[in-house]
Amino acid sequence: MLRLLILFSLTIVLWIALSGHFDPFLLSLGLLSAATVTLVSHRMGIIDAEGQPLGLIPGLLRYAPWLAKEMVRACIDVAWRITRPSLPIQPTIIRVPANQQTVPGRVSFANSITLTPGTISLDVLEKEIEVHALTTESAADLKSGEMGKRVEHLESG
Amino acid sequence: MSQALDMLSVLLLFFGVLFILVGSIGLLRMPDVFTRMHAAGITDTIGAAAIILGLMLVAGWTIVLIKLLIVLLFLMLLNPTACHALARAAVHGIRSPWQGESEQQQ
Repeated sequence: MLRLLILFSLTIVLWIALSGHFDPFLLSLGLLSAATVTLVSHRMGIIDAEGQPLGLIPGLLRYAPWLAKEMVRACIDVAWRITRPSLPIQPTIIRVPANQQTVPGRVSFANSITLTPGTISLDVLEKEIEVHALTTESAADLKSGEMGKRVEHLESG
Repeated sequence: MSQALDMLSVLLLFFGVLFILVGSIGLLRMPDVFTRMHAAGITDTIGAAAIILGLMLVAGWTIVLIKLLIVLLFLMLLNPTACHALARAAVHGIRSPWQGESEQQQ
């Protein structure tokens, strides 16, 4: 019930933020569409801990700046390699251990890997993630396991 | 103050365009589908993010700012998902990845 209320109020806030209208008629239409979305989601059975990973939010706020910094660093590295005439790349496929306990945690880890230029997650297995790395350095970076540890911290809140 | 913001915005837009240009060059230079995806990754992470941040600075405290923020958020969620789907499809459908010149010639 609480999750239903959260989804309903979030969709209303989103509707107002996107439309900017406060006219009573339009506002009531917004309420109606927010209620419809909530009802349909409820019937689909997607309002659960996986659909609303609220526990991840405080951790995400701490994790995002670090990820952004890593992304910029990796981006500059890949951009530098592209502009070299010799194209210094050593593509490899590695397996990185994923010790996250929950599904949202593992998804966050796989998405972080893909979001960082130079590494793409190919397959998510039970306890590890298959990764295509552009260079041996980016593979070694991931192997050091710092990103995985940070996602584990994110998970525990 | 607003002039400083404008300058910063222009700088961010410039770097965004620069990264998109480099990413496009990489797309042409890379040898196979996986390495090309790494190059494309530059354009849709830093390139897009820098341009959206630059536009946010010009937008000021308006509704446009919220919309740009939402676009940025969705971009950061959807990009890796689409990228992963593409990579998985490539693993299942295409021959093994390029791993250096010598292997390519066999």
